[in-house]
Amino acid sequence: MKTLPSQTIGPFFHFSLTANAALGCLTRPDAKGEHIRIRFRLLDGDGAPVPDGMLEIWQADAGGRYDHPADTQEQSPDPAFCGFGRLATNAAGCCVFETVVPGRVPDGRGGCQASHLNLSVFARGLLGRLSTRVYFEGDPALAGDAVLALVPEDRRHTLLARRDPAETALWSFDIHLQGENETVFFDI
Amino acid sequence: MKHYPRPEPGGQPPLLHPPYTSNIRRAPSRPLIQLPHTLSELTGPLYGHNPIGETDNDLTRQHPGEPLGERIVVAGRVVDEDGRPVPHTLVELWQSNAAGRYRHSVDNHPAPLDPNFTGAGRAIADEQGNYRFVTIKPGAYPWRNHPNAWRPAHIHFSLVGPCFITRLITQMYFPNDPLLPFDPISQSIPDERARLRLIAQFDWSLTQPEWALGYRFDFVLRGRDATPFEGQS
Repeated sequence: MKTLPSQTIGPFFHFSLTANAALGCLTRPDAKGEHIRIRFRLLDGDGAPVPDGMLEIWQADAGGRYDHPADTQEQSPDPAFCGFGRLATNAAGCCVFETVVPGRVPDGRGGCQASHLNLSVFARGLLGRLSTRVYFEGDPALAGDAVLALVPEDRRHTLLARRDPAETALWSFDIHLQGENETVFFDI
Repeated sequence: MKHYPRPEPGGQPPLLHPPYTSNIRRAPSRPLIQLPHTLSELTGPLYGHNPIGETDNDLTRQHPGEPLGERIVVAGRVVDEDGRPVPHTLVELWQSNAAGRYRHSVDNHPAPLDPNFTGAGRAIADEQGNYRFVTIKPGAYPWRNHPNAWRPAHIHFSLVGPCFITRLITQMYFPNDPLLPFDPISQSIPDERARLRLIAQFDWSLTQPEWALGYRFDFVLRGRDATPFEGQS
């Protein structure tokens, strides 16, 4: 059997998919790890905000454990943390998730990946889901990450969240759908 | 262990399909980078993130009165590419009402809202991957893609599936809709056989006599079993 084709999310999904704003918060106060907020901005080829997009994140907890049976690492997932978040972008193309810095997860080749979030981008005007990753600028593990190594060096910066100079718990990640700084998207 | 071959070319819409005009400034222009599947892609959010309410899968019972329009059952199975059930996965839907109007602040189509119809629903597939909704057949509606553009009647569906790779958002269409050949969104899928897979089948066995007509729509998500091919030991 063949996979069903995808179709655009369109402009009218909010009253169903993002009616629950709590999906922007992945943590309870007692979740382990460094609590952060990540502010996303979704921009089109003209640099204009995309006000009708939807972002989903999926990530490991601070210990590098995914809450999923395919993750057979010994430690249990943090019960105060949920690895999934979903928010609509606002009029400025933005949304803010509350989460923790994910731990490093195995790369399947005996090493560990650099800390990252898995990100899905949906919007009116996109016929399918776009998939990318969010890494953290300044992370010393970036240099050894096998996925980043597949990305041409001059485009790796598009996958880095940056810490706000004034507010250390706030990170920013701009998603450029097109243009000079077009974000790297992955074929998964 | 499951594996997740890439979809065949032609079976999915391309990134860029210019007849869908809002796609032009939003589609990435550079080729995607192929990612080997790691634990990050092979895991994903497993369960519904909200409990399912009693009327979540019956959109005709979410208000004190009955919605207007043609009552329908939409049901089927969630399966992988081997036809094996994908159990317990969340299926979410949203749609316009019978007049072709969404309960959404940016929908300004001058068709009436129905106070007894919201148009949002959720269901969890059972152990065998079966899901079922009762709803109202949505209406066609105009949009501004090109002069006199109309969307064929459709229901939007969102499925999470067993891992990050299997995530799917799509639209279900109805048989014999004269608008389909003119719809740049459904026509963006190059392979005609793949386009036909988004059209529900009228199904007598799903009808409820003197109550509702029935349409079957199966969701095939990515994923195959990694069992050896026949003839291999």
